[in-house]
Amino acid sequence: MTVELLIQLLVSGLGMGFIFALIAIGLALIYGVMGVVNFAHGEFLMLSMYATYFAFALGGLDPLVSLPFVALAMFGFGVAVYYLLMRKVIGGATHAEIFATFGLMVFMQAAAQFLFGADYFSIDHSLLSGSWRVGGITLPMPQIAAAAGALICTAGLYALVFRTELGRALRAVSQDRVAALTMGIDADRINALSWGLASACVGVAGSLLANFYYVFPRVGAVFVLIAYVTVALGGFGSMSGALVAGVIIGVLQVISGLFVASTLKFVPVYVLYLAVVLLRPRGLLGRL
Amino acid sequence: MNQTSRAIPVAGLRPTSSMGHAVAFAVLAAILLLLPLALGGRPFELRLLTIIFLYATMGQAWNILGGYAGQTSLGHGLFFGLGAYTSTVAAVTFGLNPWLGAVLAVLVSGAAGWLIGLPCFRLRSHYFVIATLIVAESVHLLFSEWSFVGAAIGLELPIRPAGWLNFEFHRNKVPYYYIALAMLTSVTLFVVWMERSKIGHVLKAIRDDEDAARSLGFSPLRFKLIAMVISAGILGFCGTFYAQYVLLIDPPSVLSPSISVVIALIAIFGGIGTVAGPIIGSVVLVTISEYSRIYFSGGGRNLDLLIYGALIMLVAAYCPGGIMSLVRRVYARNRKA
Repeated sequence: MTVELLIQLLVSGLGMGFIFALIAIGLALIYGVMGVVNFAHGEFLMLSMYATYFAFALGGLDPLVSLPFVALAMFGFGVAVYYLLMRKVIGGATHAEIFATFGLMVFMQAAAQFLFGADYFSIDHSLLSGSWRVGGITLPMPQIAAAAGALICTAGLYALVFRTELGRALRAVSQDRVAALTMGIDADRINALSWGLASACVGVAGSLLANFYYVFPRVGAVFVLIAYVTVALGGFGSMSGALVAGVIIGVLQVISGLFVASTLKFVPVYVLYLAVVLLRPRGLLGRL
Repeated sequence: MNQTSRAIPVAGLRPTSSMGHAVAFAVLAAILLLLPLALGGRPFELRLLTIIFLYATMGQAWNILGGYAGQTSLGHGLFFGLGAYTSTVAAVTFGLNPWLGAVLAVLVSGAAGWLIGLPCFRLRSHYFVIATLIVAESVHLLFSEWSFVGAAIGLELPIRPAGWLNFEFHRNKVPYYYIALAMLTSVTLFVVWMERSKIGHVLKAIRDDEDAARSLGFSPLRFKLIAMVISAGILGFCGTFYAQYVLLIDPPSVLSPSISVVIALIAIFGGIGTVAGPIIGSVVLVTISEYSRIYFSGGGRNLDLLIYGALIMLVAAYCPGGIMSLVRRVYARNRKA
């Protein structure tokens, strides 16, 4: 194996890793604030990928142009899901939360298949087509842009959560809901905000991903399992943990792709989940 | 009444009179036993009922772990698939009789349940749910690549002379109906017994408060494993039944994640932790699924899952106890009036 190939793999692994991280950060945010795992998170990703695809195919909008609109629409979608569904089930039995998001997952996946069919769509010629060549290494533009976008988005969210008053309220609710309530924080609005932000993140991820990945009804299932592993490895609820874990997993899946059939490249990643939750249930940087 | 209403109550409706119950059950049994005679020339209805019995059995099996022991598994299709593959591989490779294959399937699925449960039961709530998803998907991927089990193409069962001994019926599918009915009846009777036995009480105690159950001296791990092995073993048998019924299996038809989804949905929709729940769930959801296939014959359009998903969201938001909790609420109101 040549050094170039190795660097090539590492770069592509890093690129995917940032995308995994961006998807996982949404999950981590909702879990951190509400203690709820959104089982429909992958379908949020799928929805934003379809939105990006149709904006391109029907409206002629480049994914880079439609990205802010997709993110904004997904923010609204997340808030709507919170008010219409999640608000009714939180505070009840844990299984009701699990079933509610699980039902949403089944519904969204089936709706996509019903409306758009089981076909695979892809965006061929966008602003981000082509690739850079640096030395002997090929850097595909869509992946580079996706990695950069994921990093920017993560940094933005980080700044929001750790540098603003709103972020303080969000962290307060996540640390001690009752104490936050007594301080006059409207926990309901904070919950809605966390759903909106998480959905916007996954919206950005979907928009960037649609540049170079097929869009089909079950696409979310592929990425959400990875996102669970990422969140578990990073520590449930930890945003910085999700970033680190995303990168580790991105690199791990390209390396394992060298040794096993490409369809099996995620199996080692899944094994990693079991190893982490069994040996170090708090993940790398998690708190409980 | 108010103090106990939080715990999920036992079997269906409150007994009115044991005489009335016995008569009702006798009538129901007679109808179910004689129905195939009436359905002689109607393959669609016969198939519908057979599939309803099969899925109700699978829902009952899920319920033992998910409803009574409170361990939500979204990967239970794995045990169904393992059962189907075990008896089929045994038949294809060693020419084993399907009934012996079914026994082997129960053992393999049960053992798989034990092996998976041993590490995974150390995890709680979401961590456990995700682990079940991930284990099932890993096995699904591995079987799609493993040439010994036919990889993505799957396996065809050897065609044998039709008959009870060979667990194969070609022109007349009525025996499948009776086998499925027998499966559902015996599993349901087992659950009724289990609910009243010590195991059932300990499982419910673990579900309601694991630490309290441990402090009483019951090992949660041991009882969760018991529930898992029984649940997985039953699904193993269901897998063999399905393989013998369709005579062709491949990863999408027996190991796909949507099977796990349907198994769990049936119990959740009908009412988790109740005997009648999975049966009601199966009657409603399988009927929706089979008829939507006819009326909206857009193959692969998944209209049934669209309806399932919407129903589950409604159930989670408005009656987390499933249809059975609605039935009970209405019944309680009528008794008061």
